[in-house]
Amino acid sequence: MAPTTSSAITLKINGQNYPLTVDHRTTLLDALRERLDLTGSKKGCDHGQCGACTVLIDGRREVSCLNLAVAAEGREITTVEGLARGDELHPVQQAFLDLDGYQCGYCTPGQICSAVAVIEEHAAGWPSAVTGDVRPEAGPPPLSAEEIRERMSGNLCRCSAYVSIVQAVSRAADTTAGQRRTEPAGTEPLGSGDTGRTADAEAAA
Amino acid sequence: MKEFAYQRAEDVSGAVALLGADPDARFLGGGTNLVDLMKSGVERPGRLVDVRQLPLGAIESTPEGGLRIGATVTNSDLAAHPEVRRRYPLLTQAVLAGASGQLRNMATVGGNLLQRTRCGYFADVTKPCNKREPGTGCPALEGEHHNHAILGASEHCVATHPSDMGVALTALDAVVTYETADGPGELPLADFYLPVGDTPHRETALPPGALITGVTVPPAPVAARSRYRKVRERASYAFAIGSVAAAFDVSDGVVREVRLAFGAVASRPWRARAAERALTGVPAEAENFAAAADAELAAARPLRDNAYKVTLMRNLVVAVLTELAEEAAR
Repeated sequence: MAPTTSSAITLKINGQNYPLTVDHRTTLLDALRERLDLTGSKKGCDHGQCGACTVLIDGRREVSCLNLAVAAEGREITTVEGLARGDELHPVQQAFLDLDGYQCGYCTPGQICSAVAVIEEHAAGWPSAVTGDVRPEAGPPPLSAEEIRERMSGNLCRCSAYVSIVQAVSRAADTTAGQRRTEPAGTEPLGSGDTGRTADAEAAA
Repeated sequence: MKEFAYQRAEDVSGAVALLGADPDARFLGGGTNLVDLMKSGVERPGRLVDVRQLPLGAIESTPEGGLRIGATVTNSDLAAHPEVRRRYPLLTQAVLAGASGQLRNMATVGGNLLQRTRCGYFADVTKPCNKREPGTGCPALEGEHHNHAILGASEHCVATHPSDMGVALTALDAVVTYETADGPGELPLADFYLPVGDTPHRETALPPGALITGVTVPPAPVAARSRYRKVRERASYAFAIGSVAAAFDVSDGVVREVRLAFGAVASRPWRARAAERALTGVPAEAENFAAAADAELAAARPLRDNAYKVTLMRNLVVAVLTELAEEAAR
């Protein structure tokens, strides 16, 4: 008997269940775009090198082009379509809009999803390749322009809107940190499925 | 891409059994390398056994004072772990120097060790390649080889191993543990990668069908003062053209203990034992650092377009050890 090369699965995306049958060769990116009409995630290189297809999986940023859809079953997927609450944009979306963090816009959904996670990773105390002292006793580095550039280096922008992108991520980090300070204690730990949506946004929705 | 069956392994022994039952099967971890190679036709498995959800995701202290890192720990979790950052800062630095934030969230420790070379001829199925198709030849010898090996290569293959993490783990004398149908086993990282010789398609000493279950890092007080430095052709998110993992114990201006490993110069992370021997017990001075680098690089056999790597590695060794010595003197 020939082995089964497709499976009936359910993908959980932006809080909603999507049952579908996939050929095992289908990437998560192709499932989103071609099967589920979630075309916010973009196909740039399709080899994990450009970041245009970045989504959040279980609260962490990943490239959807190197994830197989069948292997993503059971995980919480958030795409750029799932960041806003109704008409209220996510702070990162708002900052990209306010500061022109794009030109043609093709890489923007990936940039935004990545930036949401960058802000969470930094808030969780993760060092980066440009962090001088990685020992935990040194404490987290300030989210400087250099830190933002390094942490966002997996997202290419062929229009080279990087100057504005760095400014937008910096402003969104400040906004998010301000909202964190007004939140009650006990924010969600990284990777719990939290997408960086703040208590203020929840309350406003 | 060729069609394939997909199964999630329930446990370690189940994963090994699933793989053993199908000679065409491969383990799937984070998929950052395997899925990409399947897209380009370099890898053509008939079955994927998904091991990402196996209970191998912990980082724990060993009774000896080292760390035991599970095979499915992601690069991100490895780099961010407080005990890794405290005990082995060079390991955190090496992992953070590799790939992008997105890929580090996906990639696993076991998969990192087993990733394939980024040689352009290996990745292009329209070209000959002794590693991909034994006996077809190596176009890199006379072709595009500016980022190929200068140490330990052969006339059959001059590809490099792309891992950053593996370079730090090699300097730390890490041991790979694995499971087979016949039971568990272990391999020091120093013996994990096979010499190239005339069999570049045989890359590791893992028994057929073995599943890497983790990596054990022994205690290494010397690593308290350590560094991973990587040179690449752009500032971030690129493979190395040369890298150094170094740990250094200097007191009264004399080198007491040193660990040195090189990346992007050979088919495997390269432990620089000749340099370590030359440095141990001598004054911590730049000319001794250069002499130690020369002792290691005496074995270098550069190709037409990569002799720059010999100079690059020499300068890297001197720069990194000088920085560490200055830190020690403060």
